[in-house]
Amino acid sequence: MAKVILENVSKHYVSKQSRDVIAVKDFNLEIEDKEFVVFVGPSGCGKTTTLRMIAGLEEITHGKIYIGDRLINRIPAKDRDIAMVFQNYALYPHMTVYKNLSFSLEMRKLSKQEIDQRVREAAELLEISELLERKPKQLSGGQRQRVAVGRTIVRKPQVFLFDEPLSNLDAKLRVQMRGELKKLHERLSSTIIYVTHDQIEAMTMGSVIVVMKDGLIQQVGKPLDLYFHPINKFVAGFIGSPTMNFVETKLIVSDNQLYVEADGFKLRVLEEKTPNLQGHINKKVILGIRPQDLSMAPAQIEGETIPAFVEIIEPIGNEIYLDVKSGRDSLIASVEPKTKVIPRQNILLQANLENIHLFDIETEKALL
Amino acid sequence: MHEGFRIRLFRFYIPLAFFLIFLLFPFYWMFITAFKSDAELYNLKLNPFIIHDFTIHNAIRLFKETLFVRWMYNTFFIAILSTVVSLTASLLAAYGIQRLRFKGSGPIGIGIFFSYLIPPTILFIPLAAIIFKLRLWDSLWSLVLVYPTFLIPFCTWLLMGYFKSIPKEMEECAMIDGASRIRVFWKIIIPLSLPGIFSCGIFAFTLSWNEYLYALAFISSTPSKTVPVGLVTELVRGDVYHWGPLMAGALLASVPVALVYSFFVEHYVAGLTGALKE
Repeated sequence: MAKVILENVSKHYVSKQSRDVIAVKDFNLEIEDKEFVVFVGPSGCGKTTTLRMIAGLEEITHGKIYIGDRLINRIPAKDRDIAMVFQNYALYPHMTVYKNLSFSLEMRKLSKQEIDQRVREAAELLEISELLERKPKQLSGGQRQRVAVGRTIVRKPQVFLFDEPLSNLDAKLRVQMRGELKKLHERLSSTIIYVTHDQIEAMTMGSVIVVMKDGLIQQVGKPLDLYFHPINKFVAGFIGSPTMNFVETKLIVSDNQLYVEADGFKLRVLEEKTPNLQGHINKKVILGIRPQDLSMAPAQIEGETIPAFVEIIEPIGNEIYLDVKSGRDSLIASVEPKTKVIPRQNILLQANLENIHLFDIETEKALL
Repeated sequence: MHEGFRIRLFRFYIPLAFFLIFLLFPFYWMFITAFKSDAELYNLKLNPFIIHDFTIHNAIRLFKETLFVRWMYNTFFIAILSTVVSLTASLLAAYGIQRLRFKGSGPIGIGIFFSYLIPPTILFIPLAAIIFKLRLWDSLWSLVLVYPTFLIPFCTWLLMGYFKSIPKEMEECAMIDGASRIRVFWKIIIPLSLPGIFSCGIFAFTLSWNEYLYALAFISSTPSKTVPVGLVTELVRGDVYHWGPLMAGALLASVPVALVYSFFVEHYVAGLTGALKE
């Protein structure tokens, strides 16, 4: 169990076309002991590279990585006291489950008795005791997943690394394993660094989320902080499902009141949010509003409702997604499941003014 | 007749039958010739495709009049040793080129392949000079030394392809689990590449078993000859072909190779396709 500290970590490599590619740039992060940190971002954002640098599978071009108090830049993977679960599990196909679990302990020359005890403990914890004599090819996807996890917990390492471990499972199993991994973290109370491209996985599992894009950290924070206070347009769009609606608007003053004006509607900006916006009056800004913050309006209210034309209706069960058009802009609204709407209908949407986001049109940084 | 079977018959079984006849006929010819007497062999009035008068006289002549047993031993000795040497070298070379990715590993891989393309007919003259200087002329060790020059490039290429099919994560995982590079090689790579190693071994063994040119060039004394050279040089005297013993020898010499193939046939196929099924 240990802290992990990354200081100005960068990774450059030379691509096949002999171009210098920067995979990770100036990565600074302090991971507290027993934290469940999730690196999330689109593919190619550098999250896996960062994880592999911590694991010792990838050289660190610049910067320092500490595990506990130990600078590990020059320590080989086998001596870093970490364990890793790979996306394709990387089980050893020629060994039984028991051998797969005991391999790392044998490498560390533990006594036979100690090995046996630890393997059986881990197998019990993961409910794979009856599979110990099988070979990996005789296991289902979920069972392989468990063995891969078991292989890491027998080690009792300082840090667990997970590289998209659930992406090869079907949707139902994924939800189940998500819960199990979370429980496991509580039981082991150890530091976990988890990489995924799936924002729902990140939100549900992480105690801290690191959102990355193009090798740069975009934002670090608790799941709901990221959801309610995204630092820029990228994070706002990446976290949350369906994606936040973005509309190009103009910030205007009318009757001493700030409004954002789009092609088809006008929304009032709440009093407490105005101080940050003084420099942007009469300029273009990007309005961001989540589908969940748009609901059916009973009547038109100036500055709060959006007239919209329904194009497509997508019932999900617990909610209905409406693809609507307001003026030139397309929006998605998530409304009550019992709402009666039909395509091509004109409706009024109520915006939750508390939760609107405004972004600079150039830098895409949050203004509120 | 069932429609599907009919299609299979014309597209599959009949072509397969032609193919088999074409391939197996020389073996059949060798087999029947080995058990015919000279009188029967040269009698044009008899049906040449069957044995009329079965005799093992040819085999007896082979063992009595030539050093066939000695040649078999020589051939075994050379084939096994050069196979072991080549496999060891190729395993390390292929792993290094495929996985260590050092500077210039790509060109070296291609270079090794090119060296395989140089025909022995060009190489045997300079090699003869080397063999002579090493005082290995007319010794079995000359062939043990020379055969790896074509076996290693071949095996290295086959194994490189095989190693490529082993997921890299498996090695990385083993390293994180606490294994050194050498340990990973022994505990993960070797066991997983057994089919590939088997097929390489079979190839190397049969290539050295059948090799003719180097064996002819570097060995001159009768007791040191290998089977292919021994049979041809001792049983073709001037323009007289001793067909019976010659074919009996060829038949017996092909037995070990046939045994090796049939024994490892499953591994052999898996090794060539490079498939690693989890």
